[in-house]
Amino acid sequence: MRMPRSRRAGSGSVLAVALVLATLACGGDDAGPAAAGDATTARDDGGGGGPLTGDLTVLAAASLTDAFADVEAAFEEANPGVGVEVSYDGSSALRDQILAGAPADVFASASGSVMDEVVDAGAVAGEPTPFATNLLEIAVPAGNPAGVEGLDAFGDEDLLVGLCAEEVPCGRFGREALANAGVTPAPDTDEPDVRSLLDKVASGEIDAGLVYRTDVLSAGDDVEGIGIPDDVNVEATYPIAALEGGEDREAAAAFVSFVAGDEGRAVLASYGFGPP
Amino acid sequence: MTARRRVPTARTPWPLLPLAGLGVAFVAVPFVALLQQAPWSDLGRLLTEPLVTDALRISLTSAAAATGVVLVLGIPLAWVLARTRFPGRSVVRALVTLPMVLPPVVGGAALLYAFGRTGLVGGPVYDATGFLLPFSLRGVVVANAFVALPFLVITVESGLRAMDPRYEEAAATLGAGRWTTFRRVTLPMTTPSIVAGALLAWARALGEFGATVTFAGNLQGRTQTMPLAVFLARESDRGAAIALSLVLVAVSLLVLLPLRDRWLGA
Repeated sequence: MRMPRSRRAGSGSVLAVALVLATLACGGDDAGPAAAGDATTARDDGGGGGPLTGDLTVLAAASLTDAFADVEAAFEEANPGVGVEVSYDGSSALRDQILAGAPADVFASASGSVMDEVVDAGAVAGEPTPFATNLLEIAVPAGNPAGVEGLDAFGDEDLLVGLCAEEVPCGRFGREALANAGVTPAPDTDEPDVRSLLDKVASGEIDAGLVYRTDVLSAGDDVEGIGIPDDVNVEATYPIAALEGGEDREAAAAFVSFVAGDEGRAVLASYGFGPP
Repeated sequence: MTARRRVPTARTPWPLLPLAGLGVAFVAVPFVALLQQAPWSDLGRLLTEPLVTDALRISLTSAAAATGVVLVLGIPLAWVLARTRFPGRSVVRALVTLPMVLPPVVGGAALLYAFGRTGLVGGPVYDATGFLLPFSLRGVVVANAFVALPFLVITVESGLRAMDPRYEEAAATLGAGRWTTFRRVTLPMTTPSIVAGALLAWARALGEFGATVTFAGNLQGRTQTMPLAVFLARESDRGAAIALSLVLVAVSLLVLLPLRDRWLGA
């Protein structure tokens, strides 16, 4: 096990945490929390390690915003010694931050291919773990004023419809689903991210948008969802991984197994995410 | 009409020079870094792609049209603010400056609530005529004009305030009507500040991102401007994003350099 390095030199608390971790790292055996899927091992692995301490910086995909707020609270309750801070952005933007050397411990991506790029750059410690899945759904304004019934709406020139831009994951998946359904997309806007697309649906500016199921749930009463048949729908898998640049390797591994474990999965399920 | 003043280099207070140099470096270094990242070998191919040419066309068209809108509305507004006194004038001035201070995304959302399909004004208009501003080039122009207007108003207002009112009074005593005085005396005398304001407004419109994407959306060939294309290319192809940025920098310099020299006596 490598000694944790302090990148933020000059910060007393960080140094103290690093020292505690160094002690832990020397005293513990190799059966660390990362090896087990059970979240409770994060608190006490019985190997003489004691409770975890540290500060974690987690970079998470924007679509995880609501769910990870709960996950963060539950993890901190189970591990009072660990402070977690989550920063949300589009997966590709987070990838750029990681590759530019942003000091972060954990990366939760909405896209497997974006995670692969981070892995290829050697920035991931160990292997990414799939922890959730998401399905596409058609979002329409409350009351469905345009009478949208299915994916056909996205090829209808007479309707105002929006997709995510092809460059972001929800745009790629959306076009894949439309291709599966044999619909040629005729969007009026390719929004740069799923939240801005959802906003335009919620305000009634467009008749339909192709978003994730979890987005429809989080939008509340302003938006209604219309399901997409399973045989044409596209499932997005979310991977999570500890990062090489992180300081608190042990706490990071514990967070990863917490998210992928039973407790994390239960929270994610309550926000509409499926199991991997 | 404006006399050129000589700047006596020999008498420059010495502490200014290193700080001015630092200021230049502060702006120049990021652009040098951008150039250094540019995919030079691929540049020719990238620049002729429809993605780039479409975005450039829409950016130039919408920024020019927005500057036109801003001139038509902004000069009268600046005149009223500079030459008249009425209760609530400072409120009007603060209101006009607001788009300059607000995050553009907020401006875009406000435009949507006002002129969108379900908006305060846009809703009734759409129901009656089917006319729609968002998701079209005219929507881009509206978003650009909204954020660019304060730059012209502020510049022209201060130009009008700096102008000696006796020229206008003289014109009036010589029998010129108010409109003639404005056209033949006020406008020509404030031309430098009008040009400077129009340039600032144009530059602001060209770089506009937040209000445009929020109000007008993003569709290649219809509403996708250069800044939107750069932002999205960044997600998938960093080389293309940098190439697009270089075009934006080059176009801006091409317009700003000669015009500033000619009109501002720089």
